[in-house]
Amino acid sequence: MKKYAYFPGCSLEKMAHSYHMSALETTRALGIELKELEDWNCCGATAYFHVDELLAFTLCARNLAMAEKEKLDLVAPCSGCYKNMFFTREHLKHDADLAEHINEALAEDNLHYAGTSSVRHLIEVFAHDVGFDAIKAKVTKPLKGLRVAPYYGCQILRPRKAKEDVEQPRFFEDLISAIGAEPVDYLLRLSCCSGALIITNRRAALSMVRNLLECAVRSKAAIIATACPLCQVNLECYQKQVNREFGTDLNVPVVYFTQLVGLALGIPPKRLGIGSELVAVMPAIREVLEAEPAVANT
Amino acid sequence: MNATAETSVTATTAPPEDRIPFVEEIKNLLYASKGNPISTCIQCGTCSATCPVASGGFMDNSPRRIIAMIRSGFKEQVLKSNTFWYCASCYQCTVRCPRGIDIAELMYGLKRFTVWRTEHQEGLIGPTFSETFVKMIMRTGRSYEPVLATTYLFTYGLPEMILEAQTATSLMLKGRLPLLPARIKRLENFKRMIRHIIPIGDKE
Repeated sequence: MKKYAYFPGCSLEKMAHSYHMSALETTRALGIELKELEDWNCCGATAYFHVDELLAFTLCARNLAMAEKEKLDLVAPCSGCYKNMFFTREHLKHDADLAEHINEALAEDNLHYAGTSSVRHLIEVFAHDVGFDAIKAKVTKPLKGLRVAPYYGCQILRPRKAKEDVEQPRFFEDLISAIGAEPVDYLLRLSCCSGALIITNRRAALSMVRNLLECAVRSKAAIIATACPLCQVNLECYQKQVNREFGTDLNVPVVYFTQLVGLALGIPPKRLGIGSELVAVMPAIREVLEAEPAVANT
Repeated sequence: MNATAETSVTATTAPPEDRIPFVEEIKNLLYASKGNPISTCIQCGTCSATCPVASGGFMDNSPRRIIAMIRSGFKEQVLKSNTFWYCASCYQCTVRCPRGIDIAELMYGLKRFTVWRTEHQEGLIGPTFSETFVKMIMRTGRSYEPVLATTYLFTYGLPEMILEAQTATSLMLKGRLPLLPARIKRLENFKRMIRHIIPIGDKE
């Protein structure tokens, strides 16, 4: 059983609790152990990098050092946390002075950073470490006929992390296919959800969210799948405000990829946190879940 | 492209005669960036065309124009621009720049520069939001949404404020808003660690 140090991040504690629940349920079903990093701290989001870079690196380095202590690779389900910790590791690898300075600060918490643990995004663990075939083999309820918009967003892919294709990635589509659903051709799949602009520049943010939602409707997606809590909140929780602002009538459910994988693995919706959305998910998935009787075991 | 998004830059002030030219200050800001220097920019406008905020017409100066302004020494106008505070850090400009300039990192650099010097455009929510966020993490080690709300809610007009309150209520009913702030366990060590980096006073 492969084991990882799990860094949930602040959003998953409450706002994106369904991501947390479904991440734990699905990884367990796939034979992966996520061990929550003890006493983890905030990754700094974008705000820390707006104010002080060195402090931002230190915050991330503390989490990395704790994962190292456990001799485990670190997994983040949030794309923002993932990006921050991935690049902190990169900077520290190439800047010995920076690493030394940060290690002096980390000593206050009896920690030391050496760079031995790598940083992974949860969807990467599904796509690469588990693999599509292994996931397919465990599917008991293929989500046949469910049209899913694979929404990558930004920080999983950008800035470039020297392994994946930043312009034409396929792993999200392949994951959706592996669980029997149908990935739609979603033109804006790599566009920004507006991130923290939803707070700092509401008008720009709502118009960006509107574009993303309307594009999903045009591609006849029944549901949008995301791999980031901020993308989920912006696309889902602000949908009503988009409708009010622009006179639109959008009603597109937005779920985490782990929730869809969980459904396909035969895990009951409730245990995946489905039901805590502001745009109801059940109308979009009920037909698919009822149409396909469970294969063999339940 | 995108001419409507840009106000015209009139050279009201001559390039400043600071000790260090503005373009050098910006270079220093980006010392850690692996991108190419902005002197290599060919003004092709790929950054502005690819930017979801600039192409929506929300920035007073597009990223391409900001680079041109920096190179021409329009320090005051650059610092008072909303461009970098409206950057969502999506890095589309960075990965698509044909000259390999890390434009998103330039935006981060400009944010920090104006926060340190408190020279940013007035009425922006971004700087206050970021500063509040940082102070919150320094106190508890974790993020707590309700504290952040106070940084922007009162800048909203009444209709927006009501919409925002409705969204918050719906989230609360679904159990998605925290009632109490979380904090890490080894908070004292954590605070000492921070003071190593930023020698702030002990009092909060």
